[in-house]
Amino acid sequence: MPSSEEIFEKVKAALVDALGVDDDEVTPEATMVGDLGAESIDFLDIVFKLEKAFGITIPREELFPDDILTNAAYVKDGKVTDEGLSELKSRLPWADLSKFEQNPRVQDFGNLLTVNDLCRYVESKQ
Amino acid sequence: MRWFWIDRFEKFVSGKEAVTFKNVTLAEEPLDDYLPGYPHYPHSLVIEGMAQTGGLLISQQHDFLSRVVLAKVSKAEFHAIAEPGDRIRMHAEILSQQADGAIVSGQVTVNDQPFADLELTFAILDESFGDRPFFIPADLCRILRSLRLFEVGVFPDGTPISIPQHMLEDEERSIVSD
Repeated sequence: MPSSEEIFEKVKAALVDALGVDDDEVTPEATMVGDLGAESIDFLDIVFKLEKAFGITIPREELFPDDILTNAAYVKDGKVTDEGLSELKSRLPWADLSKFEQNPRVQDFGNLLTVNDLCRYVESKQ
Repeated sequence: MRWFWIDRFEKFVSGKEAVTFKNVTLAEEPLDDYLPGYPHYPHSLVIEGMAQTGGLLISQQHDFLSRVVLAKVSKAEFHAIAEPGDRIRMHAEILSQQADGAIVSGQVTVNDQPFADLELTFAILDESFGDRPFFIPADLCRILRSLRLFEVGVFPDGTPISIPQHMLEDEERSIVSD
């Protein structure tokens, strides 16, 4: 099983390759969308590169819980409900949702994912 | 100008790979203006040819009804130039595919020599981008026949790919209305 450092280095390489960002931009705290400029189509590329680098399969819903965020049972007035939050937590146990929980606007979810989250996700798949 | 940057399919295996050819001729407009006095085929059109090859490879899986667009050129390395008289061979292979997109690798050779290495990311548009089809089925059918796709196209088990019914019906409608 690779160490956390090895996982970070591989994730970094995938992001540098997929997003054309510099090595030093890829910090654990960097958000994929806000800091690294990832657009929706880039995630296809990122997922592919991670699958290749780690020899894993990444089902889309494990990283992108669109079905929860568009489910009327879990969203009210543009915000994720408590039920929705617990659903998100159980689906994405590797993600740090603490900031999101303070004001869980659906529109902000897209910018939640950090490099560290990705590393933790990959680690959970090893 | 016709925006076709492939001339013919040599191989087409549904959901897996396709090979196309593009013959370069001095009669083509892009060769006049690209670098006057030094006619050669623009590399950007090789990318477009590979995008057309890969895009058709992806959309065929849904009878050419899915709307596939080139979203990103992830990699484009060129090793040579192609001149009038050269034949460009484009080999597209689906590396990964999801509901909303696909990644295709492209190996290009000219006269059996390495010409380019490409990696293209395609998006498959959903209804949030409207519901208008990209092509009139009868028109696309005519193009695909011209490209000989249905002559070489097979499924992975070797079964030939037949012309989708919706294309044949549209063709029949257009003939009747003419």
